[in-house]
Amino acid sequence: MPNKGQKLYDKDKVIAGLVIFVILATFPFWFNLGKAASAPELELTEKAKAAEKCVRDTQYMRDEHMQLLDEWRDTVVRDAKRIYVNERNVGYDMSLSNTCLDCHSNKAEFCDRCHDYTSVNPYCWDCHIDNPKEAK
Amino acid sequence: MMEKSRRRFLKIAGISALGLGAKPVLDVFASSEEDVVVEAPVQEGAPHVTETEAHHAATEPRIMRSPNAKVAPQWAMVIDTRKIQSHSDVEPMIEACHKIHNVPHMPDKKHEIKWIWETEFKHAFPNLASEYMAKRVEHLGLPVLCNHCENPPCVRVCPTKATFKNSQGIVMMDYHRCIGCRFCMAACPYGARSFNFFDPKPHIEEENKKFPTRMRGVVEKCNFCAERLAVGQKPACVEASNGIMAFGNLHDPNSEVREIIHSNYTIRRKQNLGTRPAVYYII
Amino acid sequence: MLELAIKGSKKYYGWLAVVLGVIGAGFVTYLWQYFAGLGITGLSRDVSWGFYIAQLTFLVGVAAAAVMVVLPYYLHDYKAFGRITILAEFLAIPSVLMCLLFVLVDLGQPMRMLNVIFYPSPNSVLFWDMIVLNGYLLLNLLIGWNVLEAERQGIHYPNWVKPLIYISIPWAVSIHTVTAFLYAGLPGRGFWLTAIMAPRFLSSAFAAGPSLLILLCLLIRRISNFDPGREQIQSLAKIVTYAIILNVFFFLCEVFTVFYSQIPEHMDHFKYLFVGFNGHGALIPWMWTAMGLMLFAILMLVIPSVRRNEATLAIACIAIFIGTWIDKGLGLISAGFIPNPLHEVTEYIPTVPEIIITLGVYGIGALVLTLLYKMAISIKEDASA
Ligand code: SF4
Ligand code: SF4
Ligand code: SF4
Repeated sequence: MPNKGQKLYDKDKVIAGLVIFVILATFPFWFNLGKAASAPELELTEKAKAAEKCVRDTQYMRDEHMQLLDEWRDTVVRDAKRIYVNERNVGYDMSLSNTCLDCHSNKAEFCDRCHDYTSVNPYCWDCHIDNPKEAK
Repeated sequence: MMEKSRRRFLKIAGISALGLGAKPVLDVFASSEEDVVVEAPVQEGAPHVTETEAHHAATEPRIMRSPNAKVAPQWAMVIDTRKIQSHSDVEPMIEACHKIHNVPHMPDKKHEIKWIWETEFKHAFPNLASEYMAKRVEHLGLPVLCNHCENPPCVRVCPTKATFKNSQGIVMMDYHRCIGCRFCMAACPYGARSFNFFDPKPHIEEENKKFPTRMRGVVEKCNFCAERLAVGQKPACVEASNGIMAFGNLHDPNSEVREIIHSNYTIRRKQNLGTRPAVYYII
Repeated sequence: MLELAIKGSKKYYGWLAVVLGVIGAGFVTYLWQYFAGLGITGLSRDVSWGFYIAQLTFLVGVAAAAVMVVLPYYLHDYKAFGRITILAEFLAIPSVLMCLLFVLVDLGQPMRMLNVIFYPSPNSVLFWDMIVLNGYLLLNLLIGWNVLEAERQGIHYPNWVKPLIYISIPWAVSIHTVTAFLYAGLPGRGFWLTAIMAPRFLSSAFAAGPSLLILLCLLIRRISNFDPGREQIQSLAKIVTYAIILNVFFFLCEVFTVFYSQIPEHMDHFKYLFVGFNGHGALIPWMWTAMGLMLFAILMLVIPSVRRNEATLAIACIAIFIGTWIDKGLGLISAGFIPNPLHEVTEYIPTVPEIIITLGVYGIGALVLTLLYKMAISIKEDASA
């Protein structure tokens, strides 16, 4: 730990170390370069189609469903409030299993495809049972 | 958070009338009377919305409680052990709780998970048990569960606020946040907490798909059926207890539990520790 | 300076290889625990803390060696200790590091460890323990490194280090006190619910830490050209003597209060440890051994000629180290849970995987200690050459 007024020792080693660190830290980015696959198609169930509108508009749901769910889980567990009223004044039970997956009962074709594509691995399913009603 | 400021009254009728074309609005709305008034928190500074405006104005999304929700500043339970004749009176309460909450049956007793269980007087009340005592009580199986203490040591010690006391006086577990340090287990003087030493899922006999399970590495316990109170139901064990248990608002002098507490001599577990348990026993 | 740590003899590399092997075994076993769950340990619903947390408790004490050297040197200007302050500080670093690792391996959800920082909860003693342990680690790293670097260049260490040294003295006391408060503030755990917990931690720390330091000094003298010094070792021996006597005295105070008052909640745990409770008593032989070792060490150390003889001193130090380890690293934690709050007994015995993981953490400590000491001693050898 060299400090002010002293020479920086082993400059070469420090720089070599830094270079290795940067390479390692960015590994996931360049490792995946050039491996882009086409974006997956998401399938909607009949129920989801019939409902037409999700809790929020499609774009919002696509971009920010994780923030929404994060907020839901906090409010349900910590604030003891379980109803979400959207901008159209429609109320929903804030429940991943009982509300989201009620329409999107095809988790494999709806949730997993995109999650796999973007290689995210949410642990929601560890506890929230993924298929509350048997999907046909 | 988008709400949490000024509180106002809003007509539920207005909300449900708008559910055009979208996924059905909750049952609670459909079944609620036209004129149920809900206390719903709204954005700070939002203009006062009259009923008609509420029909049309697109508003900021907000979060609220179900109009049917049971609310109380401190829930409490009274267990009338005089009504317990045998094991078969307690069994249904345990059964009901563990079934709906996906509580697993771990094969090794060391890793046991239980939210409510049966134990003898000398274990439930170790500092009150005497060498000579009423025959009826001596070997009677009493139901014990988390006491949702008013001054809970488990909450005091948690380093992440994963266990906390909510606005209803319920000592809740936030399984999303728990780091599994088990400090709360050391702090609880009632042994009310269990830890998931292994993944519980393979040991859940019949999953209740409406309620989440837990993952390995977190602590769990009775939640006073917060999810049932939220939709206006009583705790499952109370419903299954055949009148042995009563449940209600401790701070309301006219509530059922207060009534019982006033007209009977009740005791609480390890009262001397200052935790102020909210589960009362009539012996 | 780090390069000094990786240049060494064949024996040195051999030692490093052994240590790395132990760490490897511990790491692989930890992966098993990580994916399977803490069920592979001997812990249970009733005894929810065990070997890991006990090692944390013990090692917090070992870290104390530093303050027992730093304090006389800087506050009382006891010059002789100048030679070994660096050894004490460099012993504190791996000790505290191991403490933190033991907390980590004990967590059910280690990936969420940072929740302690994201949701700071000042009402939790564990939150404060994290702060004081990390702070102490940082302080000793900064101080030790800068002082040594300065010594290497034959200059005085930078002035900003001085306040850190002063801060590190009360800080060392805080790590024991706060760790004792983890246990001492819990209602319903009669074994721990005693105000003498923190003082007992301090006294056993000031015995165990300096004993280990004495042993390390003797070892260093044998395997290197640097002699930590006879006077230094003798001064440490006096500290150890006082501390171990105090430790046993505090323990006896506790025993008096508990058994004279006859309050079962407090007494039953002691019974479990020393005579058995309801037919259970897995720790009885261990606890009597610990008591025997401590008394034996006291008898040896109070006799000046025995204390001055470095061979017998070493034996006494080993006895103290093992005795305090059994006391804190084995008895203190599990006995707090036995009997449990419902007055039932579930015994606790660590499992093999649990012990391997524990050894792995000790391996990391040994590795860090070796590297740091190698650096320090190389520089000391140069300075005295
Ligand atoms: S009974 Fe135990 S777990 Fe429940 S609130 Fe009281 S201290 Fe906490
Ligand atoms: S185990 Fe979970 S709930 Fe209990 S104290 Fe630790 S973080 Fe809090
Ligand atoms: S109140 Fe609910 S969670 Fe608690 S024991 Fe009864 S049924 Fe189980």
